Amino acid sequence: MATPASNISRQLSNAGEWIDRRIPVSDFWKKHISEYYAPKNFNFFYFFGSLALLVLVNQLLTGIFLTMFYKPDAASAFASVEYIMRDVEWGWLIRYMHSTGASFFFIVVYLHMFRGLMYGSYKSPRELVWILGVLIYLVLMAEAFMGYVLPWGQMSYWGAQVIISLFGAVPVVGETLVEWIRGDFFVSDATLNRFFALHVIALPLALLLLVVLHLAALHEVGSNNPDGIEVKAKKDAKGRPLDGIPFHPYYTVKDIFGVGVFLTLFAFVIFFAPEFGGLFLEPDNFNPADPLVTPEHIVPVWYFTPYYAILRAVPDKLMGVILMGLAIMVLFVLPWLDRSKVKSIRYKGLGSKILLAVFVIAFVRLGMLGMAEGTWIETIESRIWTFVYFAFFILLPFVTKYEKTRPEPERVTK
Amino acid sequence: MSENQSLASVEPVPDKGRRILLLAGTGAVGAVGAGFVAWPFVASWKPSERAKVIGAPVEAFIGDLEPGQMIRLQWRGQTIGVLRRTSEMVDNLSKLNDELSDPQSENADQQPEYASNIHRSIRPEYLVLNMHCTHLGCVPEYIPEVGSQPFEDNWLGGFFCPCHKSKFDLAGRVYAGVPAPTNLIIPPYSYVDDEHVIIGVGPEGAA
Repeated sequence: MATPASNISRQLSNAGEWIDRRIPVSDFWKKHISEYYAPKNFNFFYFFGSLALLVLVNQLLTGIFLTMFYKPDAASAFASVEYIMRDVEWGWLIRYMHSTGASFFFIVVYLHMFRGLMYGSYKSPRELVWILGVLIYLVLMAEAFMGYVLPWGQMSYWGAQVIISLFGAVPVVGETLVEWIRGDFFVSDATLNRFFALHVIALPLALLLLVVLHLAALHEVGSNNPDGIEVKAKKDAKGRPLDGIPFHPYYTVKDIFGVGVFLTLFAFVIFFAPEFGGLFLEPDNFNPADPLVTPEHIVPVWYFTPYYAILRAVPDKLMGVILMGLAIMVLFVLPWLDRSKVKSIRYKGLGSKILLAVFVIAFVRLGMLGMAEGTWIETIESRIWTFVYFAFFILLPFVTKYEKTRPEPERVTK
Repeated sequence: MSENQSLASVEPVPDKGRRILLLAGTGAVGAVGAGFVAWPFVASWKPSERAKVIGAPVEAFIGDLEPGQMIRLQWRGQTIGVLRRTSEMVDNLSKLNDELSDPQSENADQQPEYASNIHRSIRPEYLVLNMHCTHLGCVPEYIPEVGSQPFEDNWLGGFFCPCHKSKFDLAGRVYAGVPAPTNLIIPPYSYVDDEHVIIGVGPEGAA
């Protein structure tokens, strides 16, 4: 009876069992992929988790290849980047994939976070998923900042100068701390060298660990969905959520479609607008770093500008730094600020909707102001939007506690 | 006591006090050890011996400076300006006191004691200044022209930071209400002779 083909398949399955008795590969596959039941009503906003993972892989892969040609040395860093761009075969593509990937990482992450805000994905029982996510966001910012220093252009240099000197605002030990971070009396080769080490080893490791924890926490509690109801509450006889579908093949297929659209846009930017009009790669960074010449407008890359606007809005250095730090740290306590009975914006009241809309406007507007020159009228406007930014978090507990919500459905809707 | 209980007591009873002592002892010794191991890694980030040597004092020739002229040089990677002020510039310094945050240079971190006076220098004529803005380290522009400026109607000459619009007078004293929190820093310096200043070393006998 035994045909050669069935022989081979039996041997393969024997090999699979051999492995499974030693390391639980198929258990892992089932738990996290083929029998991970995700709500069936995911929409557009649920593309960005898997896309973030895709960009992370892109950054790791292109980053590894860039380290093969880049020199973390103040005297040769700038030239080595030009070498990659001009002399290394396909080097320009690898670098543009990396630099464009950095900006796309933040686009994807901001949309991913907005999804969380909209559907209350930070609320119980997903507080740790959210907190781990905010940690990822923090590490990502450090990673992006240090990466931007590496080409050792003018904006690399002066951006580093500005950001490192923020630590000088710490009372008493500020100056010592700044000297310790720089490893010199000014931003120099020592600074570049350690930033390189942090950028290519320390922070990526931290990032990977946090991503694993973020997913582990998510898969423990299960995914939220646009209705903000728990699909685990209604199960069939076999214990599978009635409104859940296995991640594979259903969401792998959906995500592959998202990946296709994403890569199309990504490739378009890489090939036709890698500098993105000075937003992704700033014009000043095409000049080598010069400690004696300050560029006229020191502006961080777009994804930091909302916080930069908050920093500049405050006339006092220490207070500015504190407020900027607070603007990020407040995200950690968000799960406990939202007192609503319902998770999703769909069933929250008008107050929550207005609050979220105004918050998004404030964040975007601060981002634009952070890029501007900083005239007095812009400073006044920055102060107003900074106030609005924090007002969101201050008002959230009251609005969500007292507003009238609509009843959540029993089962997910379309 | 029943027979069963006395049998059970034959099994070794954990000595809780001893266990806690061992745990605490191991923990404490381990923490001290971890601290000792951590220090070399933390300390490796401090400026290296080479960086310190490169940070040695630098000398500037000021013999040919015209009144109102400023030269820039580098010390420890910082831009240091040496300005020969005109007598009018020196006279103007006291007119601005109301508009400044710290006209009397009371913040002792911003200048050595020997430069803690209205002109913030050893000799009134020469200003030796660390040019980096005390806000975020940019280098302000030297704008000596008196009169109306886009950023100040009644400008008596001074330094203007293009990064975040901080303003300083011709002694590096900060205007009130700008992002920079303090006056510009006066580095330690001294005169070798009438035509040379050395930056990085204070006058003999001064701290």
